[in-house]
Amino acid sequence: MIQTFFNLDIIVAAWPIVMSGLWNTILLSLIVVPLGLFGGLILALLASIRHPLVRWPLMAWVDFFRAFPPLVLLVLLFAGLPFAGLELGGFACVAIAFFLNTGSYYGEIFRAGIDSVPNGQVEAARSTGLSRMQAMRYVVLPQAVRNVLPDLLSNTLEVVKLTSLGSVVAVPELLYEARQAQSLTYNPTPIVMAAVIYFLILWPLVRLLSRLENRALAGRR
Amino acid sequence: MGGWDRFVETFFNAKVMAKYLPDILSGMVVTIELALLIVVTGLGAGLALALLRSLGIRPLNWLIIFIVDLFRSLPPLVIIVLMYFGLPYAGPSPSGFVSTWLSLALVLMAFSEEIFWAGITSIPRGQWEASRSTGLSYGQTLFNVILPQAFRLTIPPLTNRTIAITKGTALGTVVAVTEILGQASSAVSNSYNPSPLMMGAAAYIVLFFPVVVAARWIETKFAWKR
Repeated sequence: MIQTFFNLDIIVAAWPIVMSGLWNTILLSLIVVPLGLFGGLILALLASIRHPLVRWPLMAWVDFFRAFPPLVLLVLLFAGLPFAGLELGGFACVAIAFFLNTGSYYGEIFRAGIDSVPNGQVEAARSTGLSRMQAMRYVVLPQAVRNVLPDLLSNTLEVVKLTSLGSVVAVPELLYEARQAQSLTYNPTPIVMAAVIYFLILWPLVRLLSRLENRALAGRR
Repeated sequence: MGGWDRFVETFFNAKVMAKYLPDILSGMVVTIELALLIVVTGLGAGLALALLRSLGIRPLNWLIIFIVDLFRSLPPLVIIVLMYFGLPYAGPSPSGFVSTWLSLALVLMAFSEEIFWAGITSIPRGQWEASRSTGLSYGQTLFNVILPQAFRLTIPPLTNRTIAITKGTALGTVVAVTEILGQASSAVSNSYNPSPLMMGAAAYIVLFFPVVVAARWIETKFAWKR
């Protein structure tokens, strides 16, 4: 059993490949998380214009991407766009798909955060002479973000986990490299290594979230 | 032929669509089967773990917390790949369908246990004591007093998680499950035309969009009124 799943020779041999995969997963996360946050912020700011002509299409947009599996979006971009003469490569496809998909999730969270700030705050800020944008930037957003911080963290955890989808479109991230190593060595140890790495990196975040969420749910009563 | 016609001819080719419609439909059936299995077993196992945890047996609770943390930290695709490509080295070789089902059910179990548990602990201790003092047994207190209140609290986060994880059935395509995306992808490579992929995308929207809208409705209905 240990020879099969935790083979020391294989760990040594696969180490450089798996590490380069880990590095790429970190890079990919550092790109797609800010991209998603940016997309979400735009959506939430648009949603704060409480006009039905803005709000309804936005809601449909967000619900569309909540209903659409990210992998399907990714495959659609990767395998569909070339037929329209647009070949983007796996990395760009991941970036676009994540911008659309995780942007919608982040957008919902930011929107809930903005909604949680009482309207009196905006009125008070405006009455001191701040413009709409200034009131949003200096008064509403800081409180909104603080109120939904656990949700933002939880979604970020999901985004980092989701980068493993990159392996489907040949982005050399952790899972992809682990599978390459597995097919080279005919041994599942590299995949176990990848799983252990994901766990070690993300466990502290899961622990933290578990605490925050318990407190949040209990506090809602 | 204008640009628009060529676009339609490429991405919404009627001939190709007619040919592969049965494949996509059979993919939809597999996706629905998989989704239902995941939801029922995942939520069931999650609730069972939360109830076990409420017994308050220390070492057992540590084990439960570890299992929950484990399946919350691992990307679902990694679990699927590990089960499908890794387990056979040790003997059992689950099919792609079973690997996808078990992996996603375990993930949903982990997330729902957390949520159920948070719901149960959010009910004040006094409720337990009051029910027990009226002569209700432990089980009666749990099922008639605590859980009905806890459920109400857990429904919004639970629906969100369940949808997000159920959408993961598309991951099955990586381990050769013939669900929608799998069918659509192989149809694209057989026909050299992306229309099946568009049909597949539409199929997901048909299946999941009503669920998302329903979830929104449920969320507002069960929102905790302050």
